[in-house]
Amino acid sequence: MLSVQITRKRFAQRDVLGPLGFTLGTGEILAIVGPSGCGKSTLLRIVGGLDPDYDGTLTWNDGRVPRIGTVFQAPRLLPWRTVRQNLDLVTPSGRDAGDALLHTLGLWPVRDAFAATLSVGMARRLAIARAFAIEPDLVLLDEPFVSLDEAMAAQARQVLLDAGRHRSLSALLVTHDLVEAAALADRILLLSGSPARLIRALVVPPEQRRAGGGAALELAGTIRQALGDHFREGA
Amino acid sequence: MGRIGWLRVVSPLLLVVLWEATARLLDSRMLPPASAVFQALGQEIVAGTLPRDLAITLGRVAAAFTLSMVLGSALGLAMGRWRAVDHFFESWLTILLNVPAVVLIVLLYIWFGLNEPAAIAAVALNKLPATAVTIREGRRAIDRDLSEMAESFRVTRWRTLRHVVLPQLSPYVFAAARNGLSLIWKIVLVVELLGRSSGVGFRIQVYFQLFDVTSLLAYTLAFILVMQGFEWSVMQPLERHANRWRR
Repeated sequence: MLSVQITRKRFAQRDVLGPLGFTLGTGEILAIVGPSGCGKSTLLRIVGGLDPDYDGTLTWNDGRVPRIGTVFQAPRLLPWRTVRQNLDLVTPSGRDAGDALLHTLGLWPVRDAFAATLSVGMARRLAIARAFAIEPDLVLLDEPFVSLDEAMAAQARQVLLDAGRHRSLSALLVTHDLVEAAALADRILLLSGSPARLIRALVVPPEQRRAGGGAALELAGTIRQALGDHFREGA
Repeated sequence: MGRIGWLRVVSPLLLVVLWEATARLLDSRMLPPASAVFQALGQEIVAGTLPRDLAITLGRVAAAFTLSMVLGSALGLAMGRWRAVDHFFESWLTILLNVPAVVLIVLLYIWFGLNEPAAIAAVALNKLPATAVTIREGRRAIDRDLSEMAESFRVTRWRTLRHVVLPQLSPYVFAAARNGLSLIWKIVLVVELLGRSSGVGFRIQVYFQLFDVTSLLAYTLAFILVMQGFEWSVMQPLERHANRWRR
């Protein structure tokens, strides 16, 4: 669906990205793993069209920008709107998809509470619900599952997997958690520290894909071993 | 009302009692007792002159307030958004902020005559710089992450303004409105006193010349009550509504 070629991205007179190139297939979940502060968020901003100031090209395969749902690193909710109104803002046409997500993510009981009153975990879940409520073709996920307890994180990951199962959904998942990447992704890009460059691209074996749990842990272990010191800090 | 809430009721009553007692003790034309002022207030209301003057003055307050809020907000938003606009208008605002209200009023009367537009423009111009400065700060405090979020979800410009930007501006708008009202109604009286033949300010000038302190206080009292009533019945509920999400 997308091919990204970034030759260079500067920020405050410092190279933060590139050269870096990758493709994202339609229906593919691509995890981007790298140390904190290596420019992963910047990469998502570029793909999301929020930062046009870079050297390189962004090519959408069918020539038009798809519908993109973003989960930012911070929830970025409107505290003066209720949970449901936060979804209404991005889905003016209907509530069905949003309501279903509120149920799945355990937010239905607080649907009429102001976002200002949500706990950190709830706010994060709402941000996830918002990105999926627009029924996107592509989701950009920036460390979406941190600060969720394990049960909720599992539930939220399931939202991603389910959305991908029902229709064609592509995803770019930025994370520093190798296990998470292994559990969800079809492919994993490993990035170096700043400026971020591609160290290695790993294809998750088809039989282990999107398996979650134990298989992922095993896979992550293998990857980590292969990489040596690279990700000791992050994972 | 909490355990000390009754203080709010008792304190103005106490003020009236003190006033009444002092006036009776002094027994002077300079300070009529509260009871006499209330009586005069009643008579003026019945006679219809006070409601008419009050309505005229309130009309001028409303016109000048609206004008200064709309223009001041537009200017403030532009200054907060674009550095160039900010640099350009900064010196103008500084000058306007420092010109005494009376000078501005007199100048406008001289240039444009003793008429209604000059009067209202004079009041609005007095308030405009403070509004612009307040709204500029509000515009600068807009959370860019939220604007970016709205952009990423392709929320329309109008909906972004309505649901993302305005709620962040509202505390600044309320601050500007509140300061604006308290400033404007005082300046309107001066404008009326200097160059209009109607309104509360005009009446005060008349009673000043007649040395009629009782009527003068009656008019002042009526005006204070109306403005405070507006604060309680309009401004505070609006602000409570805008802030209801805050914990």
